[in-house]
Amino acid sequence: MFDYLVKRIAQLLPTLVLVSMLIFGLQQLLPGDPAKILAGEEQDPAVVEYLRKKMHLDEPLPVRYAYWVGGVLRGDLGESIRNQQPVLDLVVQKLPVTLQLAAMAMAIALVIGIPAGIVSAVARGSIWDWTANLFALWGISTPNFWLGILLILLFAVNLGWLPASGYVSPFEDLWGNLQAMLMPAFVLGNAIAAVLMRHTRSAMLQVLSADYVRTARAKGLDEKTVVLKHALRNALTPVITLGALELGTLLSGAVLTEQVFTIPGFGKLIVDAVFNRDYAVVQGVVMVTATAYMVLNLLADLAYFAVNPRLRH
Amino acid sequence: MPCLPRSLLRPLAILVLGAAAFAAQAQSTLRIGLAEDPDALDPSLARTFVGRVVFAALCDKLFDIDEKLNVVPQLATGYEWSGDGKALTLKLRQGVTFHDGEKFDAAAVKFNIERHKTIPGSNRRGELAPVSSVNVVDPGTVRLNLSAPFAPLLAALTDRAGMMVSPKAAQAAGDKFAAHPVCSGPYKFVERVPQDRMVLERYANYWNKAAVHIDRITYVPIPDATVRLANLRSGQLDFIERVAPSDMEKIVKEKKFKTASITEIGYQGITINVGKSDKAKNNPLGRDRRVREAFELALDRQGLVQVVMDNEAIVGNQWVPPSNTFYAKNMPVPKRDVNRAKALLKEAGVPNPSFTLLTPTTSDAQRIALVVQAMTREAGFDVKIQAAEFATSLNMADKGDFEAYVLAWSGRPDPDGNLYSFDACNQPLNYAGYCDAETDKLIKASREVRDVNERKKLFEQIAARVLKERPIVYVYHRKWLWAYNPKLTGVRNIPDGLLRVQGLKMGNGA
Amino acid sequence: MAAVLPIPAAEAVAAPAGPWRRALRRLVRRRAALLGLAVVLGFIVLAVFAPWVSPQDPIATSWSAIRKAPSAEHWFGTDEIGRDVLSRVIWGTRASLLAGVVSVSISLLIGVPIGMAAGFLGGWVDGVISRITDAFLACPFLILAIALAAFLGPSLTNAMVAIGISAAPIFVRLTRGQVLSMKVEDYVEAARAVGNPPWRIALRHILPNITAPLMVQATLAIAAAVIAEASLSFLGLGQQPPAPSWGSMLNTAKNFMDNAPWMAIWPGVSIFLLVLSFNLLGDGLRDALDPRQR
Repeated sequence: MFDYLVKRIAQLLPTLVLVSMLIFGLQQLLPGDPAKILAGEEQDPAVVEYLRKKMHLDEPLPVRYAYWVGGVLRGDLGESIRNQQPVLDLVVQKLPVTLQLAAMAMAIALVIGIPAGIVSAVARGSIWDWTANLFALWGISTPNFWLGILLILLFAVNLGWLPASGYVSPFEDLWGNLQAMLMPAFVLGNAIAAVLMRHTRSAMLQVLSADYVRTARAKGLDEKTVVLKHALRNALTPVITLGALELGTLLSGAVLTEQVFTIPGFGKLIVDAVFNRDYAVVQGVVMVTATAYMVLNLLADLAYFAVNPRLRH
Repeated sequence: MPCLPRSLLRPLAILVLGAAAFAAQAQSTLRIGLAEDPDALDPSLARTFVGRVVFAALCDKLFDIDEKLNVVPQLATGYEWSGDGKALTLKLRQGVTFHDGEKFDAAAVKFNIERHKTIPGSNRRGELAPVSSVNVVDPGTVRLNLSAPFAPLLAALTDRAGMMVSPKAAQAAGDKFAAHPVCSGPYKFVERVPQDRMVLERYANYWNKAAVHIDRITYVPIPDATVRLANLRSGQLDFIERVAPSDMEKIVKEKKFKTASITEIGYQGITINVGKSDKAKNNPLGRDRRVREAFELALDRQGLVQVVMDNEAIVGNQWVPPSNTFYAKNMPVPKRDVNRAKALLKEAGVPNPSFTLLTPTTSDAQRIALVVQAMTREAGFDVKIQAAEFATSLNMADKGDFEAYVLAWSGRPDPDGNLYSFDACNQPLNYAGYCDAETDKLIKASREVRDVNERKKLFEQIAARVLKERPIVYVYHRKWLWAYNPKLTGVRNIPDGLLRVQGLKMGNGA
Repeated sequence: MAAVLPIPAAEAVAAPAGPWRRALRRLVRRRAALLGLAVVLGFIVLAVFAPWVSPQDPIATSWSAIRKAPSAEHWFGTDEIGRDVLSRVIWGTRASLLAGVVSVSISLLIGVPIGMAAGFLGGWVDGVISRITDAFLACPFLILAIALAAFLGPSLTNAMVAIGISAAPIFVRLTRGQVLSMKVEDYVEAARAVGNPPWRIALRHILPNITAPLMVQATLAIAAAVIAEASLSFLGLGQQPPAPSWGSMLNTAKNFMDNAPWMAIWPGVSIFLLVLSFNLLGDGLRDALDPRQR
């Protein structure tokens, strides 16, 4: 186990370096002079010159990369050229928002996906299977930005039940915060629900035909107990591990969801930064995300090992 | 029913009165929805239009403008030009303090003008370029010395170049001033969460505190116009700027919200590469002014206004709207004339000119490109549309890598602000690459002359030259569209599109 | 001299149905997957016969018919410069189907060979490829796609390339995994023992056997690619006007949700139907081709 852990961490580091090079390179390749974009309407040449120096734009690519990596190692992720806030501050401010959104989305996905998967597996081939399938699938098939706008029109404008957009910190106003996050979390969670449903379904199907379940049935236990007490626990393990890995999908989905609902989170931060050529922000945020993703992957794999002794070798 | 025992009456009365007083004391907040997130809140470094919306409440300036674009006093109560126009003496208002309690005086003005000119990255240098030095005459009087007469200076002082920040706070914060700006406006800075909100609170010692009735203002950036409107409708916002033109008709009909429709001081135009790069020579549009004239004649400006802006714009053909004092009346808006366009093209030897129209991917610009493509096809033009992200398109324009470019300008109170950077030789915003010595001389003269009638004559001469060459085809002037809570009163329709907070009242007794 | 045994008549012993035919039979039995297939085919027909099926010219503008509600003349209404929405939806099928299929084809073309190389060659080649794949997968997919599309410039082709490249790592990982588990199979060992060169083994023995999971993943990936194209277009990075595409129609329509909701409803519903169908089909394929389910 320990060897495995060491091996995985050793793999993590070069991957992180590669991620940093990938996103750095991609950014610098984007056309458009960021100094001019950020220089404002007047395009004063002195301002453009000043910004170019500040961003080291006249130096060759490897040098700029070195500057940036040096900063990262010192804990300085750079500064948002647009409003001069340190990237680290922006990350600390916005990460909790996206995390909350992701957590709520995950919760909604679990609530929709797992029961749907169970129903689909237990009542396989029936109309319930079909319905559960469709219900979970529609989430993955609907463009989330479209769904978001429709929901805003329905619940915020026409019915007035929920706020149209915006965000308020849970520490300031918990109820307001939940109200504001409900629609975006639902939109985001929909897509994950489908994935969870599918995995739950296939896991349940496998487990339901397993020997120990046949034994339980033979013992005379009713179907409900068989399903809930014996099958479910074993089926859920891989499903929940999988959930952790969906972070990448969640963040991709969060990008547009935050845009539509104006949630000041990571997703919106990144999109705006790409369009504004705010390099430092994009690089910093992607590095943080990639690191988190890989660490979570690692934890999930370890958890999988811990749960399933047969996989240890 | 038993009467209330006497002993209870008194405390009860106090309770009721106290509750009423408390209710009256409850903080009133005005929540404003912005179309973008402002950049740095430092008047010297600020680069965006939307930042000025916040500055309107946060930072007072030397002068302000009114509905008719007249210069009116704010921090300065009067001005006087010297005979030769090379010195501007300002009389300053007494008893004004900054948010940190520091006194506003001539020394502060000197500090600020110098800061605008020297701080690295300052965007105000161009506006204050002719100011060579500032003299403190006495604490209430300051004199700006110019290297050459410069008529647009006063107009510049009605915007960010005229905003005054507290010298003590600026010196202490250095270039981190934007994190906690300290100015002298009616509201002081409380907090800012990027992309989320900015909160300002009433400044108790504001010199005009009688005009300030609302306790707090919250600015919330919401880029999507539909969502912004949804927020207004659901009651989360009290005021939104830049309503989508297509939504205005319904809002006005519903009568649930008040609206404002103010003609801007800028313009929407199509910039043509006439000399920025080789692309100008290689394309008939850039090469031959007859082709450009045909292009303009093939446009139906009113049609564009109707289709693209839902009639929330007025047609124009110059860098200022027809209602502006300095509009050159000798060059009125041409009517569409497809036949004449075709004749011109035949004369130029290119009956079917083809060119690429570069447009940023904003929905307005793309609609303009599509409509222009369809309209000019009737005269024989073959317009190809090339869409590029705004950042990329700006880069291309700057390098001259375009033939025609759909570009708008937000506008400045003085017509020079809409003209000089675009039509004078080698200026940073002169994407067209237009350069004519005689026009340059005229533009320079128009900046130095202060007499309104003389300037008008000069602008007429400039218009006669520039509009014939058509480096920019001006199409229309958009309207600032606002929608707000009917309980909000005192909204002034000033053409720069910024909401003035003095005089605003929220409903009953706020 | 060996006794001549009676050879049973050919028809008495039916040849066992091959795995593909068995799978097809299983697929046909799943109604959901069949429905998905039917809808997909329907969209393909629409795309191919668009010029004949579409009632009007999708790029014909009309100043007098701006944002008109659905009527007899315009079944789906008109858009912000007077074009018929129904015609644009029909023609837009081409762009969306193309976006889905081409993006995934690019992903397959890039991902499968790399995955095979990684799985087959092993060693440091595998190490390097795996680290690079991990790096790509660690970046949020949409961000990669946005950055790539912004770099290449907004157009449908570039969006397809961007999505294709961003999705390739998934196929690298899938192929590699399949190859790894197949490398130890007897028939592969046998082929190697006989002296087949690696590329021959890869092409003749391994590739045919991994087609099934690849097909499933590809079908599901097409669904995701259609949504990805719509997302990129929503941000202004995909198909540019005046050419019709559902994603760019949604991008324009979002500004008029209040007074012309039909502009957004029909493209949105179309995307939903197409993506749903591909998902159903993919699920059906997975069930049908999964050897464990009989």
